[in-house]
Amino acid sequence: MSNAPHLLVHEKADNVGVVVVEGLTAGTDMLCCITHDNSTFRLTAGADVPIGHKIALTDLKAGDTAIKYGEDIGKITADVPKGGHVHTHNCKTKRW
Amino acid sequence: MASKYSNITFQGFRRENGRVGVRNHVVILPVDDISNAACEAVANNVKGTLAIPHAYGRLQFGEDLDLHFRTMIGTGSNPNVAAVVVIGIEPGWTKKIADGIRATGKPVAEFSIEQKGDFETIRAASWAAKEYVHWATELQREECSISDLWVSTKCGESDTTTGLGSCPTVGNMYDKLIPEGIYGVFGETSEITGAEHICKTRAINDDVAERWYRMWKAYQDDVIFAHQTDDLSDSQPTKGNIEGGLTTIEEKALGNLEKIGRECKFIDILEPAEAPQKGNGLYFMDSSSAAAECVTLMAAGGYVIHTFPTGQGNVVGNPIVPVIKITANPRTVRTMAEHVDVDVSGILRRDMTIDEAGDELIDMIRRTANGRNTAAEALGHREFSMTKLYRSA
Repeated sequence: MSNAPHLLVHEKADNVGVVVVEGLTAGTDMLCCITHDNSTFRLTAGADVPIGHKIALTDLKAGDTAIKYGEDIGKITADVPKGGHVHTHNCKTKRW
Repeated sequence: MASKYSNITFQGFRRENGRVGVRNHVVILPVDDISNAACEAVANNVKGTLAIPHAYGRLQFGEDLDLHFRTMIGTGSNPNVAAVVVIGIEPGWTKKIADGIRATGKPVAEFSIEQKGDFETIRAASWAAKEYVHWATELQREECSISDLWVSTKCGESDTTTGLGSCPTVGNMYDKLIPEGIYGVFGETSEITGAEHICKTRAINDDVAERWYRMWKAYQDDVIFAHQTDDLSDSQPTKGNIEGGLTTIEEKALGNLEKIGRECKFIDILEPAEAPQKGNGLYFMDSSSAAAECVTLMAAGGYVIHTFPTGQGNVVGNPIVPVIKITANPRTVRTMAEHVDVDVSGILRRDMTIDEAGDELIDMIRRTANGRNTAAEALGHREFSMTKLYRSA
């Protein structure tokens, strides 16, 4: 269990990952795993982020495209620092 | 080619038309909303029967009426149903539905209320229902091949863990069992939005791909854009999805599509509640993304087991089809354990592979087919929701 990751990323091209543990707090040195190839890396959580919510893997600027599953999942609407929480307050569909 | 899944068998009920059921219901089916009370009275009189009350069936017309009949006839025809008592307010539509179900060869009795009243209808229908219960409870399960199974899927209260764990688990199951000859189906037309470019490539050929895309686009144009206010956020994704971390419809759709695995191609497109006609394989059904409506439509299409990935914990069930709940979200496992049939949260901890999770689901499908009651059945979840296309006359 000690090797259980805090954050899972679908594809190498993704710029967001998903918190998969409960009670994640800002400052946690997260073990992150890319499910596509099981490779790992570390990232410091920039905020308290609930399980299932996303964290930026890199600095994201307003106007950038959020990438998950290697695909476009919407536009970034406000700057997010690396390690920051990405959700409806700073990311939106391009459709509606 | 034989695989380790080829020899899976289960004990099922082989029906008059050759289809195999995994449950043995005697259903009391109302043609229309105003016949619900009589049906519920019969089900109360005769233990071992199941009334399926619903909200519609009067003053519908055109395509909407066709869908009503298809849903009613399909529900009665489902191989999980041994026999049916149909009750309607008048004899015309009652006969139409009863005859539609009779085409399967199963016993069907029909009753109409006008010129008799509830008392006399309930009396006569109760006698018929009691005979059916005696008959159905003597039917024996027999050994059936895995290829006799029709397994549907639709996810609900999705979150980011469904795309990581429970949906790929269903996809892995389809990749293993579709080659063994089962029938599969997925749908949720609005919820492919954002992954339509990928879904289109999963059609068996260009013709099916084009027909699928036209169907998807028609929904966008005729329903979404015709009725949207400024946005569909809060509805697609839902409040529950957003709570679970899903931000956009694209993100939700990409997770949703994990349910069809890596290898399967869909071979045809079904109208809502339509039974497949092109043999075994995976189908797409044009359907709502609302859980109870979608499961109801797929059950009416003839599917006998439903696999339901959930993240935040959708509690839906169905009156005639066992709904198997699969979740990868450890919080949902912890807080809603009574609703979970297959716990695949090990995928998130990286101590369970998708391949192992797929095998666990296949084993739960086999056990459910053998008669194991699902969580939704044990908890009495019998949601039956008709899809309605437009206002009645």
